[in-house]
Amino acid sequence: MTAHGEMIMEQPSADTLKLILSGHWKLGGDLPGADKVQQTLQNKPGVRNLVFDTGELASWDSGLLTFLMNLGTLCSRQNIRLNRDGLPPGAQKLLALALAVPEKTDARQAEGRMSFLTSVGSQTVDLFQSIGEMLEFLGDAVVAVLRLLRGKAQYRPADLGLIMQAVSAQALPIVSLICFLVGLILAFIGAIQLKLFGAQIYVADLVGIAMVRLMAAIMTGIVMAGRTGGAFAAQLGTMQVNQEIDALKTLGISPMEFLVLPRMLALALMMPLLCIYANIMGILGGMVVGISMLNISPIEYYNETAKAVGLWNLGIGLFSGFVFGVIVALAGCMRGMQCGRSASAVGDAATSAVVTAIVGIILSTAVITVLCNFLGI
Amino acid sequence: MTEKEAHITVRDLTMAYGDFVLMRDLTFTINRGDIFIIMGGSGCGKSTMMTILIGLKAPAKGKVFYGDVDFWGADPQTRDRIIRRAGVMYQGGALWSSMTLAENIALPLETYTDLSPSQIREVVKLKLALVGMAGFEEFYPSEISGGMQKRAGIARAMALDPEVLFFDEPSAGLDPVSARRLDDLILQLRESLGTTMVVVTHELASIFAIGDNSVFLDVSKRTMTATGNPNQLLAETRDPNLRLFLTRGEKS
Repeated sequence: MTAHGEMIMEQPSADTLKLILSGHWKLGGDLPGADKVQQTLQNKPGVRNLVFDTGELASWDSGLLTFLMNLGTLCSRQNIRLNRDGLPPGAQKLLALALAVPEKTDARQAEGRMSFLTSVGSQTVDLFQSIGEMLEFLGDAVVAVLRLLRGKAQYRPADLGLIMQAVSAQALPIVSLICFLVGLILAFIGAIQLKLFGAQIYVADLVGIAMVRLMAAIMTGIVMAGRTGGAFAAQLGTMQVNQEIDALKTLGISPMEFLVLPRMLALALMMPLLCIYANIMGILGGMVVGISMLNISPIEYYNETAKAVGLWNLGIGLFSGFVFGVIVALAGCMRGMQCGRSASAVGDAATSAVVTAIVGIILSTAVITVLCNFLGI
Repeated sequence: MTEKEAHITVRDLTMAYGDFVLMRDLTFTINRGDIFIIMGGSGCGKSTMMTILIGLKAPAKGKVFYGDVDFWGADPQTRDRIIRRAGVMYQGGALWSSMTLAENIALPLETYTDLSPSQIREVVKLKLALVGMAGFEEFYPSEISGGMQKRAGIARAMALDPEVLFFDEPSAGLDPVSARRLDDLILQLRESLGTTMVVVTHELASIFAIGDNSVFLDVSKRTMTATGNPNQLLAETRDPNLRLFLTRGEKS
């Protein structure tokens, strides 16, 4: 049965309107609104008092209270006295409680939309501010590295070991999968084109050079941005929420040295090793296509790859890996340290860390490629 | 004097984490409309007791009855139905940080009622007004003080007009004046709504100010050692641990 509330309005005297409430005044039920009272009041301008009769009221909850609150607003607007005496005692007390603290109208936040120009201006200011913060963080990181080189940095070597393990050995399965598949895809695409010219053997050159020089480092960097950069931001963000970073600062320990430095070192040292592993996986992926689709023997494929991939390619790939490692660590740690003090801020920090790291990887790839071209290597 | 109706009954209950038994042989009754205090020293299992009462953790042994329904013996749908008639205020308010206060209070209403958006807005306004926070609808939890977060937590707990309200350490971390105001609010709400209130706390001022009835969980004996009105317990108890707890460690 649906809860059903009824209201009858009577006018016992010229200046008084009586509301007789009966039935079930419960949320979700079919309840009369304050607008009905408003319509009646419009037709009876002499009414100065509103009284209640709730003798037939069977049950009530917030449904009755919201009606009474609306009625209260209506009465105060029209300067009508609302007499609560006829209401159930509980409702009287709750109404008194709800109206005890006046509504803080100035507390409501402005919801107005920004104009286009204001929005562009504000975003430009934010962009410059963000660049400034990034440069400041980078500067602090450089100072921390210099202190490390002078043997003065405060960090726990055990932490460094644990982070190195987390960012290297534990990342091997996902790096294997991604790089093997990238090698496979590159070989597939190359095979279709090279087969037209009878130059299938050059699939090994294509996969080898692409993987060793660039793709292994980029793919590993992107995997690490999602896996490790996001994790760094979430870890440091949660520490920020729990005031753990404040506790470090008050102890005179630099969070940059204690938290950021080991993470940056771990990724910078481990990324080149992961790149070597990713190279092998990518070449294996290409080899699978070469052997199964192009009838190239494993020895042939290996020899062709070894001939094509020079030391410069390997060096550029490893250097890129090192740079990407630093970028991923810095992006993750920076967003974590800039995190606000709520759960949603931690999520935002993790998202922002991944985006920043990927943008950083792509930008630095462009710079490294242009530099290599300029140097002729 | 009329006998009060039992709302929640705990019978021969044992709380444990794996093999570690936290408390055993707990038997007490929470009467309808009472403010019932679960008290005890740190680590005695007060909050664990609450998680068992609100269906978040199963007891190792024993039963919890809501009216005459065996809560943990019932099927999940029945448990859900019972717990939907309960509101919980967690220690820090536990407001969802990505939502405004209005959205926090509106969520249970949107989920479990057929109210229209305008009706939900009215109920949200009422609930915030009841806790003295009218006008704060559009604020995010991070923008208000700890005391306000707790009050907003109460407003959310009351969203569905529950029959029983649970409070986990309501006055923890508040200054004495704010703690007192929160106690007053709990008293006023009980007086107006007649809702059963279960309060987990070790704050003596709150215990004596608002408690109609209580249970004392003795951490050293791993069981309850007393139940009754806190003021009466203080006057009558001969249990040295309970006396120590209720007098803040002062020697009698």
